[in-house]
Amino acid sequence: MKKLEYDLVIIGGGPAGLAAALEAKRDGVSKILICERAPYLGGILNQCIHNGFGLQYFKEELTGPEYASRFIEELENSDIDVKLGTMVMEIMADKKVIAVNREDGMFQIDTKALILAMGCRERTRGAITIPGSRPAGIMTAGTAQSYVNLEGYLPGKEVVILGSGDIGLIMARRLTLEGVNVKGVIELMPYSTGLIRNKVQCLDDFGIPLLLSHSITEVHGNERLEGVTIAEVDKSFKPIEGTEHYVSCDTLLLSVGLIPENELSNNLGCEMDKVTRGPVVNEKRITNIPWVFACGNVLHVHDLVDNVTQEAEIAGKAAAAFINNKTNEEEKDVIITHDKNIGYVVPQHIDALNNQEQTIKFFLRVRNPDEDVRLIVKDNFNKTLLNLKKTIVEPGTMVTFNLPREFVTKDTSSIDISISKEQAQ
Amino acid sequence: MAIKKFICIGCPKGCSLKVEHTEKTINEISDYSCKIGLKYAQTEFTEPKRTITTTVKLKSGDLPFVPVKTKEPVNKEKIFEVMNVISELEIESPVRVGDVVVSNIAGTGVDLVCTRNIKNAGMR
Repeated sequence: MKKLEYDLVIIGGGPAGLAAALEAKRDGVSKILICERAPYLGGILNQCIHNGFGLQYFKEELTGPEYASRFIEELENSDIDVKLGTMVMEIMADKKVIAVNREDGMFQIDTKALILAMGCRERTRGAITIPGSRPAGIMTAGTAQSYVNLEGYLPGKEVVILGSGDIGLIMARRLTLEGVNVKGVIELMPYSTGLIRNKVQCLDDFGIPLLLSHSITEVHGNERLEGVTIAEVDKSFKPIEGTEHYVSCDTLLLSVGLIPENELSNNLGCEMDKVTRGPVVNEKRITNIPWVFACGNVLHVHDLVDNVTQEAEIAGKAAAAFINNKTNEEEKDVIITHDKNIGYVVPQHIDALNNQEQTIKFFLRVRNPDEDVRLIVKDNFNKTLLNLKKTIVEPGTMVTFNLPREFVTKDTSSIDISISKEQAQ
Repeated sequence: MAIKKFICIGCPKGCSLKVEHTEKTINEISDYSCKIGLKYAQTEFTEPKRTITTTVKLKSGDLPFVPVKTKEPVNKEKIFEVMNVISELEIESPVRVGDVVVSNIAGTGVDLVCTRNIKNAGMR
C-alpha cells in the first residue's frame, strides 16, 4: 500500500475544507493535503448557482460557484495538495488515514493533525416516514438541484415541495424559471424554516403558495408519483380530519433538514453532541481527540457559508498552532450550558487559558421563534457578562455573538447562556 | 397617503421596510437598517428588480453546463423573457468567472456573465 506523509490532512474540499487549508497555510503549515470525494473542489457551492453568498465575508453578493472559485483560485496558486475523487475510508487513532481513489488505489497517509470538513447530507424520505406507495419521482431538493444545475435534467413537470428549508425554497424558484409547475410548498411547522428573504424572492415573486401547519398524509402512484394527499395539522402535528385534499404531481421534493456526515468521526471515537449531531468542540474547534479539529456543516448545520468560512479559519489557525507547537501548555476547561429556549450552542466548552484571540465567537439556535428577547450570558458566579437585545429570533436563523476574552478568567468554571422574554419596564 | 410594506432581500436579515407614498410618489421610507435596505425599498416601489441565475449549455467542456447570472438585477417583469433567450444558448468552453455570454440580454441593458471556471475537456 502506498504511504504518504503530511502535516495536516483535511477531509472535504468544500467551503470549510478550502478555508481551513488556506488559513493553516497562511499560519505556516508546510505539507497540507485535501481529500475530496467529488471530481472537483467547492462542494455543495457548485450546485448552489443562486446568489446571496459572501455578503458578510466578501462584502459583495456572489453566487455559490463564484464564492467557491475565490478560494479554489487561491488554493491553485499555493502548494496545498489536493486529491480529487478520493474517499477516506478510516481515520485511525494512531494518526493514520486510509483513503482510496482510482489512481493510487487504497493508500495510507500519516499526519500530525486532521480537520474534519465533510459537510452534511439531506434527510431523506426514510427519515421522516411518509405513508403510501414507493413510486419514482420522490427525491431530496438537493438531488433535484444537482440534476437541474449540474447535469441539465428536470426532475418532472408538476412539483410539490415538502419542507420550507432554504434549498426547497430555492428549488421552487429554480424549477419555475425552467418552466416547471411548482404547485406549492408544504411546511409542518407554523412558520417557514428557511430565510424570510427566500420566501419573498422564491415564492412570493412567483405566486407559489406556502402552506404552513400542513403535512403529506399519503403518496399516490405505483410506477411514477401521481399525486399526494395533504392535510392541515394540529398543535401536536397530527392531521386534522376533514382537511385532507388531493394534489396531482409527478415529483415530490423533500427539503426537511440536513444531517452532519459523521461516520468517520464516530468510528474514530469523537465525542458527539446529540443535538447538533456533530462533534463536541472547544472554541478552537478541537474535538475530544487533541489532533482532530472540525468545522463547517460536519460540526453543525449553518445557514450562511460566510459563517462556515469564518469557522473553518478558526479550525485552520488552531490546527496550525497545534502542528507548530504554539498552543498554551496548560488548559482550563470552561463548560458552556444553556436554557431550554436554546437548542444548542457551539462551542460546547472553551479553554479559559487560551489567549490567542481577543473574542470568542458563539453560534446558537433557538428552539422556537420569538420577538423582543434578551440573550443573557452569565458565569458561575452569577455575574452577567453580556445582556443583548434580539428583536427577532427564529430556529431557521443562527444567532451569533462575541464574548470578549477578558470576561473569562482563570476562576471561571462554567458559562450559562439564556434567552428570555424582555421584561416590561 | 398610503403605506406599502416590503421585506428586504438585500441580506439574510430580512428587515421589514415601510414606504409611505402618495400614488406613485414616495414620501418617506422607514424601518430600514442599512443603505441596501433604503435602496431596495426605493427600487422595489418604483421598478422591482431581480438578479437571474441559471445555466447555459457548454460545448466540449469538462462539465455539460456553466452557471451564469445577470451582472446586475433586471426588471422583474423581464425575467421570463431573459430565460427564453438563455434557453437557446450554447457556448464554447473554456469559460472563466466574469466572461460575458450575452451583452444587453433581452434589451435589459445588463450583461449575462459566467459564474464558474470550466476547462475544455481536452485541456487536462
